Amino acid sequence: MAFLELEALDKSFGATPVVRRFDLAIEKGEFVSLLGPSGCGKTTVLRMVAGFETPSSGAIRIDGRDVTGLRPNQRNIGMVFQAYALFPNLTVSQNIAFGLRVKRVGRAEREARVAEMLSLVGLAEFGGRYPFQLSGGQQQRVALARALAVEPQVLLLDEPLSALDAKIRVSLRDQIREIQRRLGITTIFVTHDQEEALSLSDRVVVMSEGVAQQVGPPFEIYSRPATRFVAEFVGRLNVIDAVAGEAGDGVLRTGDVEIALGRPVPPGPVTLAMRPEVIGVGRADGRDLVFRGRIEDVHFLGSVIRIETRLGSAPLFLDTFNRPDRPPPALGEIGEFSVAASDVMVLGPGGSAVKVR
Amino acid sequence: MRARVWSWAALAVGIIYFALPLIGTVEFSLRKRRGEYSFDAYRWVFEDPRFRETFSYSVVMALFTIAVGILIVVPTAYWVRMRYPRLRPLVEFITLLPLVIPPIVIVFGYIRLFNTSSVLPLTGTATGTNVLLMMGYATLSLPYMYRAVDTGLRAIDVRTLTEAAQSLGAGWGTILGRVILPNVLVAVLSGAFLTFAIVIGEFVMAALLNRPAFGPYLQLIGANRAYEPAALAVIAFAITWFCMGLIQLATHLSPHSRARRS
Ligand SMILES: Nc1ncnc2c1ncn2[C@@H]1O[C@H](COP(=O)(O)OP(=O)(O)OP(=O)(O)O)[C@@H](O)[C@H]1O
Ligand SMILES: [Mg+2]
Repeated sequence: MAFLELEALDKSFGATPVVRRFDLAIEKGEFVSLLGPSGCGKTTVLRMVAGFETPSSGAIRIDGRDVTGLRPNQRNIGMVFQAYALFPNLTVSQNIAFGLRVKRVGRAEREARVAEMLSLVGLAEFGGRYPFQLSGGQQQRVALARALAVEPQVLLLDEPLSALDAKIRVSLRDQIREIQRRLGITTIFVTHDQEEALSLSDRVVVMSEGVAQQVGPPFEIYSRPATRFVAEFVGRLNVIDAVAGEAGDGVLRTGDVEIALGRPVPPGPVTLAMRPEVIGVGRADGRDLVFRGRIEDVHFLGSVIRIETRLGSAPLFLDTFNRPDRPPPALGEIGEFSVAASDVMVLGPGGSAVKVR
Repeated sequence: MRARVWSWAALAVGIIYFALPLIGTVEFSLRKRRGEYSFDAYRWVFEDPRFRETFSYSVVMALFTIAVGILIVVPTAYWVRMRYPRLRPLVEFITLLPLVIPPIVIVFGYIRLFNTSSVLPLTGTATGTNVLLMMGYATLSLPYMYRAVDTGLRAIDVRTLTEAAQSLGAGWGTILGRVILPNVLVAVLSGAFLTFAIVIGEFVMAALLNRPAFGPYLQLIGANRAYEPAALAVIAFAITWFCMGLIQLATHLSPHSRARRS
């Protein structure tokens, strides 16, 4: 049995359903991200786990104990908020000690714990400062220390990095992950930044309109998206409309180009999808689908070169690594590109489910 | 240029309007001794035992009023902000009522409701009447107290701070006492000092409930003596200004409140 179980959670505000049939089982020590566009219900799920919202139906269990009816202060959950939620009237040390005082932990133990937390988040020198004397990143580290000080069973993070600038965001997210690993604390991390979710998580939950579209490790989410929404939301994707021939033998047409996938595809209109990085310039072993296209634009991004071309009439992006011995292709040239048939995803009509491989 | 002249003129008129009576009062209060300025009137006031008695009575009443006011207003304003924002207009209206209902009406209502033949005969004992008077004072200070606290609450993120405290295991008492109150303390203090000033000068309620407060004493002296009322008025002014100064000081001294202003 999983450590944290969300079972068939539903939540409506008035008549508007915000979270629908949300199931999730999280193992002890796992780091799970909720990823999705703004307004898809990520925060609402998190707030239900924390106890700030009551589910319309469904159950939440922590370590086998049903906490659905418990108030937030009875749940033993640590939470870090998006906005700086430090108590402005308390120093950093007092902020971290807050939960311990509430629990009536003795003074000596409390001070030891605060010192331990301060050094855990790398702010040993800052105990006597007030929140307004800290940078945004430091404030969020204090918020993390404060949440962890009471040794919660579950740690909830609601976009803790979104108010910070890009550089600190990256270093702090790695720090959060490292601390999470060291303490082995079960964590749910909410973000709408896919890079954050993919790089940090053991598993990612991609959400759309209150529904969990896919739950899986980052590699699986990216490489084998379960729905068209996931495929388009996570990473960049080339989408090409095509028509599968009557024979159902995997020969498709888009414009005047013919593609032979070499696997059965039911006849009728289909959507093909390819990640930009599975397409290569020139021919190569294993990349059995070859096509030609005019190079319409070239973006030199440093380690990666992004080329815009066309397959039939559909625009197509491809990413190749920059190599010093091979300069980027020139604009207007007709280039030869290739892709492995197995890397071409076939999305069903209407964009519902994707049949992969 | 014309506008400039007019604004200076307006300012001058304002200053004269406020300062002249004050200067006159101060000057008059110093003239008790014939032919020279002296503090005789002040000495008389400070030596009068009734001054000390009534003033300390009013100070104690003011402190109780402030305590009760905080206990009523802070949780109310907090709940309205957190849970019942739709009740805000109603609550604001109620807190404004003391400004439109004359104290004399309020106190007559009290006397009718709580007289010796009522269910709760508060006016029967001195302590009961003191409690009644204090409640009356709390009512009078409600508009100022509520507004001050509500403004203070607006400056902090009440909901997030509450939720952060809750997730750390805190109950309502802890949240109000250790998170909300300290963060609106400056606002509460400014409400408290206004309350103080109101209570010290209040006449109608204290007189009609027949309590030995400072206001009726002020009136008594004013009716019977020449220079001493002026001295008392100056003292009352000084106390009020001292309170204002304390508000400023409190605002500047609280360490965390500096962040919001800079
Ligand atoms: N208290 C509330 N009352 C009514 N509607 C609400 C309430 N809280 C959230 N909603 C609605 O529920 C939906 C989901 O909100 P939620 O905050 O969970 O989204 P989110 O995925 O966290 O979005 P974001 O990335 O913008 O934070 C939104 O449409 C929002 O308007
Ligand atoms: Mg959110």
